[in-house]
Amino acid sequence: MIELKGLTKIFDTGKARLTAVDHVDLTVPAGEIFGIIGYSGAGKSTLIRLLNGLEKPSEGSVEINGQNITAISGPKLRKARQKVSMIFQHFNLLWSRTVRENIEFPLEIAGVGKEERRKRSAELIELVGLEGRENAYPAQLSGGQKQRVGIARALANDPEVLLCDEATSALDPQTTDAILDLLIDINKRLGLTIVLITHEMHVIRKICHRVAVMEGGRVVELGEVLHVFQHPKENITKRFVAQVTETEDSAETVRHLREQYPEGQLVKLIFVGDQAEQPILTQLIREYKVEVNIVHGNISHTQRGAYGTLILQLKGTADEIAKALAFLGAHDVQTEVMGNA
Amino acid sequence: MLKNLFPNVDWQAMWEATLETIYMTAVSTLFTFIIGLVLGVILFLTAPNQLWANKVVNWLSGAFVNIFRSIPFIILIILLIPFTKFLIGSIRGPNAALPALIIGAAPFYARMVLIALKEIDKGVIEAARSMGATTWTIIRKVLLPESKPALISGITVTAIALVGYTAMAGIIGAGGLGTLAFLDGFQRSREDVTLVSTILILVIVFAVQFVGDFLTGRADKR
Repeated sequence: MIELKGLTKIFDTGKARLTAVDHVDLTVPAGEIFGIIGYSGAGKSTLIRLLNGLEKPSEGSVEINGQNITAISGPKLRKARQKVSMIFQHFNLLWSRTVRENIEFPLEIAGVGKEERRKRSAELIELVGLEGRENAYPAQLSGGQKQRVGIARALANDPEVLLCDEATSALDPQTTDAILDLLIDINKRLGLTIVLITHEMHVIRKICHRVAVMEGGRVVELGEVLHVFQHPKENITKRFVAQVTETEDSAETVRHLREQYPEGQLVKLIFVGDQAEQPILTQLIREYKVEVNIVHGNISHTQRGAYGTLILQLKGTADEIAKALAFLGAHDVQTEVMGNA
Repeated sequence: MLKNLFPNVDWQAMWEATLETIYMTAVSTLFTFIIGLVLGVILFLTAPNQLWANKVVNWLSGAFVNIFRSIPFIILIILLIPFTKFLIGSIRGPNAALPALIIGAAPFYARMVLIALKEIDKGVIEAARSMGATTWTIIRKVLLPESKPALISGITVTAIALVGYTAMAGIIGAGGLGTLAFLDGFQRSREDVTLVSTILILVIVFAVQFVGDFLTGRADKR
């Protein structure tokens, strides 16, 4: 669906040369929600703008649905852009137009007739849940509502790809979740391929199928979101994963937990995917003579299953505890003994 | 009573002069608006990193605007006499004032248009490009509507300046309230004529300001 080959963008300002995107190769299949995460300056904004030809690459190519975006220009490129639409961090709505008129803008560009535009905008307003606000101006809307207008506008010409440029970074956490739910819904309902860039791991975790981690213009890590969460390789990836799983790993917390739970043994369990949904703990308690006390827990739900850690305090004979740990191991739960009392 | 207060005022002549001033202001404002808008858009789009980035055109239009904006109006009128003669066939009367008024005011307004366009969020232009809009569509549907309040308040300020310019043009015989105040009032020491002319000019200025403010407010949806 989307294929990037050796994609490179160098900004030459005369004095300095900045390699914003450095030989990136990526393939995104149709219908996937693909996330690109990186700190600011990692080159992700430039990368996403190369996808719809807003920036021209210095080297390499972008192919979308078999069409080489980098080789076309003028009317052909403008036509192609109608199928690769974009939403923005700061929404970029026309304040001089109402909600309905903003949504109709891309249709006007595409040369759709007035009646058809009205019909289409009414459908889209319903799709994004803005009924009753058709005639409001952007200045009268909240951030979340503005992004809904942005999404409706982006969907107007039935695009094949939706590019999201930090689409939730200007929103509060609750609104972010609502907008992400809307994107998941659109992805499922319309089969739209979504490429999003963000610096928030929360966004990746919640909606992406696969993720690429960018640093210094290069993709340093790439894989299924769940897998990346489970086995982050690069330091930068570990830091991003820590954004959502945090706390229980730090030495500080471990010491604190030991002080609080001096008896028995503290064990950290790591669940990935399906096991997170199985009643393993119930079985453990029924079959082994150990007392189980949940001390700390954290489960993250990704698009392709859950990932979580659980810290248990196990009390019982050393023998029973060893058996219990073996049982967990047999069910593919990673265990890690954190220390004895 | 008016007769006693303003013994020297010929109300018929005063009315005709008012109409001439309004005529000169209205026509010159209209052409200033069109020419200034075109110049301003060219200045904006040919600037570096813009859609029509072009150093030569940008430099030429910038130089034209700066030169004509800098020449004092009274000197501009004199410099333009041959041009006016060629275009209008005479250098007296309201129509003869128009070329100088427009050439003096259009560059001034072009600057204001440029400032207004620079105020537009770059992201909005990028969004339009990402939808596949042509530059012409971006001008018509993004640049002009999004800067409308600033464009209207700019032309209001320019129109008021033009009322002042017509009075100056009046001194060298363009007609209107300026001519009346200078030739009839000042040179013949009839203070009441000068006073009434001034009051009428003020009324015109206030009316322009009022209409301009009203239209600016209505266009602003921010």
